[in-house]
Amino acid sequence: MTTPSQALAPAQRAVQLLGGDLSEVALRQHLEGLPTVDAVGLEARAASFGTRSIKTTSKAAALDTAIRMIDLTTLQGADTRGKVRSLVAKALVPDASDPSTPRPAAVCVYGDMVGNAVEALGSAWSAGKDDGINVAAVATAFPAGRASIAVKLQDTRDAVAAGADEIDMVIDRGAFLEGNYGKVFDEIVQTKEACRRDDGTFAHLKVILETGELVTYDNVRRASWLSILAGGDFIKTSTGKVQPAATLPVTTLMLQVVRDWERLTGERIGVKPAGGISTSKDAIKYLVAVAETCGEAWLDPHLFRFGASSLLNDVLLQRQKLTTGRYSGPDYVTID
Amino acid sequence: MTFLDYAPAPESTSILDLRQEYGLFIGGEWRPGGGTSFASVSPSTERQIATFASADEGDVDAAVAAARTAYRQTWGPMSGRDRGKYLFRIARILQERARELAVAESLDNGKPIKETRDADIPLVAQWFFHCAGWADKLDWVGLGADPQPHGVAAQVIPWNFPLLMLSWKVAPALAAGNTVVLKPAETTPLTAMLFAEICEQAGLPAGVVNLITGAGETGAALVRHPDVDKVAFTGSTAVGREIAKALAGTEKKLTLELGGKGANIVFDDAPLDQAIEGIVNGIFFNQGQVCCAGSRLLVQESIHDAVMDRLKERMSTLRLGDPLDKNTDVGAINSTEQLERITRLVDAGIAEGGEAWSPACELPKEGYWFAPTVVTGVEASSTIAREEIFGPVLSVLTFRTPDEAIAKANNTPYGLSAGIWSDKGSRVLAVADKLRAGVVWTNTFNKFDPASPFGGYKESGYGREGGRQGMQAYLKGGN
Repeated sequence: MTTPSQALAPAQRAVQLLGGDLSEVALRQHLEGLPTVDAVGLEARAASFGTRSIKTTSKAAALDTAIRMIDLTTLQGADTRGKVRSLVAKALVPDASDPSTPRPAAVCVYGDMVGNAVEALGSAWSAGKDDGINVAAVATAFPAGRASIAVKLQDTRDAVAAGADEIDMVIDRGAFLEGNYGKVFDEIVQTKEACRRDDGTFAHLKVILETGELVTYDNVRRASWLSILAGGDFIKTSTGKVQPAATLPVTTLMLQVVRDWERLTGERIGVKPAGGISTSKDAIKYLVAVAETCGEAWLDPHLFRFGASSLLNDVLLQRQKLTTGRYSGPDYVTID
Repeated sequence: MTFLDYAPAPESTSILDLRQEYGLFIGGEWRPGGGTSFASVSPSTERQIATFASADEGDVDAAVAAARTAYRQTWGPMSGRDRGKYLFRIARILQERARELAVAESLDNGKPIKETRDADIPLVAQWFFHCAGWADKLDWVGLGADPQPHGVAAQVIPWNFPLLMLSWKVAPALAAGNTVVLKPAETTPLTAMLFAEICEQAGLPAGVVNLITGAGETGAALVRHPDVDKVAFTGSTAVGREIAKALAGTEKKLTLELGGKGANIVFDDAPLDQAIEGIVNGIFFNQGQVCCAGSRLLVQESIHDAVMDRLKERMSTLRLGDPLDKNTDVGAINSTEQLERITRLVDAGIAEGGEAWSPACELPKEGYWFAPTVVTGVEASSTIAREEIFGPVLSVLTFRTPDEAIAKANNTPYGLSAGIWSDKGSRVLAVADKLRAGVVWTNTFNKFDPASPFGGYKESGYGREGGRQGMQAYLKGGN
């Protein structure tokens, strides 16, 4: 599948909301004026999603929805062409024993592997169509983001040129924690610009906040809002390389931000928790959080994704159990 | 079917092993009552659960006599350490039978299983554990030298948290060395009968806990009984006033936990998403049938519209229906009388110019139901801003300054609970200091802990339950 890129020039949202003044002071005042977060209350709300009892037909629907939202991911220094081919094969045939199994939304790889992923997908690559599997690439000196902006932008352009449909960039957490919101903003704007293809369309931009390094929920809300203002199509929790990665409270908060953004502007932004979501049970809690926070419209791969590698097989095992009534075991699903 | 139409997830009732009829539990034995038996129905289906004996004056006599005997012969002379052992044992059995009790409570009261499972029953066990720990320490915790129990305690409890209110009454009374005669509400006697079974299971000496069922007359006879030393009542202010009159001039000690009209104050710097949760929890928890409910929302005028938009959106996700379904957020109203009262008061509120709003939700055909409702355009003089509704109905008022918020919050004959939502610690402390309410929650609502005293100002009653103050109430020198 592909995701229609927002027909917005970088920074246009910020201009519309804040007017022409995009100075550091204006950004700071705007972000610091956002409602605060009470940590205890947020965590209690997130925990309440986990007490929903999703059974029978609801569970079956939730499992298929979860699969459609997965960005099947390999982000290792040891990644090879063979590993990427294997990952793509898994995306193409998630469960060899059941052809009705839906496919994940995308495969997510390092930038230098984009060409290999595109090649391995062959005709299943979405490449601008609305059916098929996207190729997502991490970029901007992932995961630390500690490189010059020139390097980060070239990283992005390379991936887009190789065919990446989606770019998962990291924000400069150091700049954010220094209070240098303008620098973070500018880098997102420029990365969005680097996502522009020759035909004028944009690769879809996911902005990774690395919430485990921002630490406080107030920081997460500000960083989420900042990323949206700067042109992000998705806000994403984590690289998966820092602990804690995605948590249900953090994801709930980010869902509240995109819900507020829609209320304010009518525009829908996506959310992607990544890292640490490895069981069906966890995935279903997230889907409950999505539906009860943003509404069912968000239960769509255009608006919600799971960044995960081991989640798919657990969902497949649960799916098989619903069909056969028996829980088989890890040797009855294929590894990538 | 869409995702949010969660498939039914009903908790099974097969765990229950109920009798067709229950007698009175007096002196460790089950016996029939002198009055006419009555049935308890499940508020969500109107189906009969069981019949219960009705205690007449003779039964009340017998129950008080059994409590007196146990006080003289077994419980009174027993060491605090040994009393504690019994209470710990009861607490453990409560935990072991938690699921069964949660199902029974939900069935009899109409509240969601989610609440009985995650709030009521865990708190019940917690209360017994907490009080069990007091039993052997009474001499050393600032309650005076060698503090003594009153003797026989008469306790009358309401239907909104049947077993939890029982635990608030019985656990501290027994820990202090009193024996008790308790009457549960006539619409929710079931879990008290299961508690009698638990007392038997724990081997509690006969007569230490006596449970008698019946209507208002039974309760009236109990609290007026001459051989009772201490009366504890939770319920309506009208009945509380009658009890206070009846006990005036006697030696009996009295604690009353009565009605409320709690103000939930939301300042413009509040953590908004969490405040919305707190408003919802404050008034829709247990269908608003909570004496300390945050039934008056006081919202700063500058954020009124934003709060209302978000609140309505959130209310639209509340799931009303079968209390035994694990995904139900809002259950049934406890009785047809209560439903009539809620309906009458909301009608009055609308007649006085209030604007009522409820999310689209289909009410089941059988049972007693009232959709979650928010009424805006309410003035301080409106009936629904002054009278306790005891239902899922939120009255919304606005304020401009902290002083105005405090004045409006205190402008009620009640004074049980209040909530403050603000990110500013200094403001929270300053406002909390000026609120005349027994409990003030900040950035949360409806949180209970056995270590924290709970009780009211003004017409919300007197005396405290929980904590050291709660123990004091069951010892001489306390009320």
